[in-house]
Amino acid sequence: MTTTWAQRRKDRIDDLAGGRSLTSEALRRLRRDPVALTGGVIIGLFVLVAAFAPLLAPHGPAETFPQLQQDLRPGNIPGPTAGFPLGSDQLGRDFLSRMILASQQTLLVGVLATLIGLAVGIVIGTVAGAFGGWVDTLLMRITDVLLAIPSLLLAISVAALAASPSQTTVIIAVAIVGVPIFARLLRGSMLAQRNSDHVVAATALGVKRPAVVLRHMLPNAIGPVIVQATLTLATAILDAAALSFLGLGDADPGRAEWGLMLAQAQTYLDVRPALAFLPAFAIIAVALGFTLLGESLREALDPKGRR
Amino acid sequence: MLRFVLRRLLQVIPTLLLLSLLVFAWLRALPGGPASAFLGDRATPEAIAALNRQLGLDQPIFIQYGQFLGRILSGDFGASTITGQPVLAEIGRALPATVELSLAALLIAVLLGIPLGYLAASRRGGPLDVSTIMGTLVGVAVPVFFLGYLLKAFFAVQLRWFPPSGRQAVGIDATDVTGLAVLDGLLTREWDASWDALLHLVLPAVTLATIPLAVIVRITRASVLDVMGSDFVRTANSKGLAPGTVRGRHVLRNALLPVSTTIGLQVGLLLAGAVLTEKVFVWGGIGTLLADAITLKDYPRLQALLLLGALVYVLVNLLVDLSYAIIDPRVRLT
Amino acid sequence: MTGSKGAPLLQVRDLRVAFRRRGEPETVAVDGVSFDVAAGQVVGLVGESGCGKSVTSMAIMRLLPQRGVHITGSVKLDGEELLTLSDARMRERRGRDLSMVFQDPLSSLNPVIPIGLQITEVLRRHRGMDKEKAREAAVELLDRVGIPDPRRRITAYPHQLSGGMRQRVMIAIALACAPRLLIADEPTTALDVTIQAQILELLKEMVAETGAALIMITHDLGVVAGLCETVNVLYAGRIVERAQRHRLFGTPRHPYTHGLLRSIPRLDAPAGEALEAIPGSVVDNVPWTHACAFAPRCHRSVERCLEVTPAGETTGGRLLRCHNPVPASAE
Repeated sequence: MTTTWAQRRKDRIDDLAGGRSLTSEALRRLRRDPVALTGGVIIGLFVLVAAFAPLLAPHGPAETFPQLQQDLRPGNIPGPTAGFPLGSDQLGRDFLSRMILASQQTLLVGVLATLIGLAVGIVIGTVAGAFGGWVDTLLMRITDVLLAIPSLLLAISVAALAASPSQTTVIIAVAIVGVPIFARLLRGSMLAQRNSDHVVAATALGVKRPAVVLRHMLPNAIGPVIVQATLTLATAILDAAALSFLGLGDADPGRAEWGLMLAQAQTYLDVRPALAFLPAFAIIAVALGFTLLGESLREALDPKGRR
Repeated sequence: MLRFVLRRLLQVIPTLLLLSLLVFAWLRALPGGPASAFLGDRATPEAIAALNRQLGLDQPIFIQYGQFLGRILSGDFGASTITGQPVLAEIGRALPATVELSLAALLIAVLLGIPLGYLAASRRGGPLDVSTIMGTLVGVAVPVFFLGYLLKAFFAVQLRWFPPSGRQAVGIDATDVTGLAVLDGLLTREWDASWDALLHLVLPAVTLATIPLAVIVRITRASVLDVMGSDFVRTANSKGLAPGTVRGRHVLRNALLPVSTTIGLQVGLLLAGAVLTEKVFVWGGIGTLLADAITLKDYPRLQALLLLGALVYVLVNLLVDLSYAIIDPRVRLT
Repeated sequence: MTGSKGAPLLQVRDLRVAFRRRGEPETVAVDGVSFDVAAGQVVGLVGESGCGKSVTSMAIMRLLPQRGVHITGSVKLDGEELLTLSDARMRERRGRDLSMVFQDPLSSLNPVIPIGLQITEVLRRHRGMDKEKAREAAVELLDRVGIPDPRRRITAYPHQLSGGMRQRVMIAIALACAPRLLIADEPTTALDVTIQAQILELLKEMVAETGAALIMITHDLGVVAGLCETVNVLYAGRIVERAQRHRLFGTPRHPYTHGLLRSIPRLDAPAGEALEAIPGSVVDNVPWTHACAFAPRCHRSVERCLEVTPAGETTGGRLLRCHNPVPASAE
């Protein structure tokens, strides 16, 4: 009698309350968030095009065509013709192919720069946050100084060191801008972790220091850094474009990258605006996509931000 | 209060020292070392050796650093490899143009950003709020230089409302007082010069203002929302205060605290944005100096601009911190 | 009730507050609450956190946000309906006729303006005092709530005062215009235990002195015991029991009230008797729609409790919402 009554009572309560777990609730919210969805769709399309770029592009990025070049004069760049749906670029190459292939290069620059910055930042932040003391003080002083230099100025001064600019110098210059931001962020949330109950408990149970740091502190502290990395993907692509504009971009004329194409097309803005507009819109869309994704991630992770 | 100011001033010193160390190291990372970088095209082996001696590069490294620091502190940043003139004098001449441009942009960003952020917050979820948020997100995603060209192509070339570049039309003979062209015209009552300078200023200033504007709008909105949901605003409402009093004395006064910090941080963005904007509009300020220095590998100039840029940024943020202490009584104690 | 002399000061009838979020089911925080407060009376609203007691007070003050909140029922102050009053008229009454003291005095005071201004702004708004007069009145108020050296303290900022002092400032603000009704929402919860008694004593004195009625909102039956004439016990947005203080404490009839009282340590309890806790928490609720919300946690629940909503029945001045109450002779 008692068991059936208890069981009935439990069923009835579940029935009435309609049980739902907290994590599924958060996931459900993120999936239905129109901001996250928009960002996700944009980035998804971008990655898809980048992945299949060599298959999608009819021609190579550096391939020139006599039939395009013959109409190429100061003040005239051929528009769409048969076989070239977007027409020519300023050097008589297939603009459509270059637009498609550029997605790959742009993604490469953005992702590599962010990942390198992230990796270095994580190492610095972890060391500073885990050890504290003079190590922490020294590392944070250095990041302070890096943060005291306006980000583009920092990227410029790094890129200007190279004898001749290349894709590698652009990636490194943009990566360095992210390092102090990631390091500071991670160190902050590591410090918050250091005194939390589960870390104290793990230490008390005799778990070795590196294991505590790597298995208990880092995974719990990494959230804000991941959000920042998503946002950094957007600024990395924009910074790379700015470097190209200042003449610090990749010097290889055959390379198709949206920032580079946009910077080079400024001169032909009144001749064929599409040469600037299409790469610009591609950059804006991708930067917007990463920003939307990052912002909605931040909101989903931050209970205070969810109003 | 005085102790707070002094302590905050002292905190800047190690940052600046480390910065000089970083720039010192940066020079040594240059291809061919500082001497060949400083000499540029004139770098013959003899000239390099001579400059190495002159710069003390044959000395131990810490003595070199001491000498480097001494030169900087005495204002000797070397000569530009492009023009052969002292870098500091060049910067001094170009500074007013950039100050004028940055001030105008900051003014636009603050005067437009704070009210817009406040309105968006007080109509949360409404059409104004949603379009403002979308606007700020797109605003930071647009490459600054592209926006500049876009504005120029439309408002200067197509509509001819504004001049496409430069700071002054041909035939205008303006008297130089502060170097800020618009202000000079007003001071000397040369109205047409002032008007001309203003017309030249509009497009570059709007271009440069976009990103700071977007940031200020977003921070103001978030901060106002935060304060509106706070306990003391609930108290203010429970006292039955007039809506204007609640808004001004209780919401805005607290909400603007984080905004003022952000405005300081925008100065960094302005310095970086100025490089791009000045290049688009051929403005002839610090940004142009920097852009030319990059193209022509003028390292003495780059070094000076890097140091001074960071110095300005650090000092502006120090000022913001100090003004923060005046608005927020809680800071003075800690 | 003590309502022998005409209409009560505050009359709350069938108050219901529902929160609606986009795309989510409605949450009912207050589910048909009715009670009266006579002039000068002290009434308690007691319950665990999440039972709807604070939402009730915010609804009476009309301080809940307008978007996403749906309020029905009636709240009458001196016979005037507050829920349909225009925003501007309500603003005129708040702070003058009814006011509120909140839980955390540090966050409830504006951090960047001196406490003096936070008092004078009420006086200037509702009493039309000029700067000088308001200042004098503020000094006197601070003196009355027991703040030493009020003339100097008037320029202090909230963070420069102790927690107890801050709550005294809050009380001074709330009572500045001698309101007829004061609502105190957990006024001692954020304070040190030693300060709590002082603040309660001050509240008691001040309402006696000004003749204001007081609604005391608390989870702490100890607070109620020393202060309130009538006590309302809330559970999941409904009043489950209401009685005069002595009768409620003497013979609690609702199992929830009974449980709350059994969970307080008593000096007169037989030695060695263990304290009892009520199992579960408010989140284990079932909706009131066709059940008793307390049933899952109730040691006296019967099958009927999960099938029929218990109605509130008033007998001999006691309201009780229970199918299987504790027998009157149980204690």
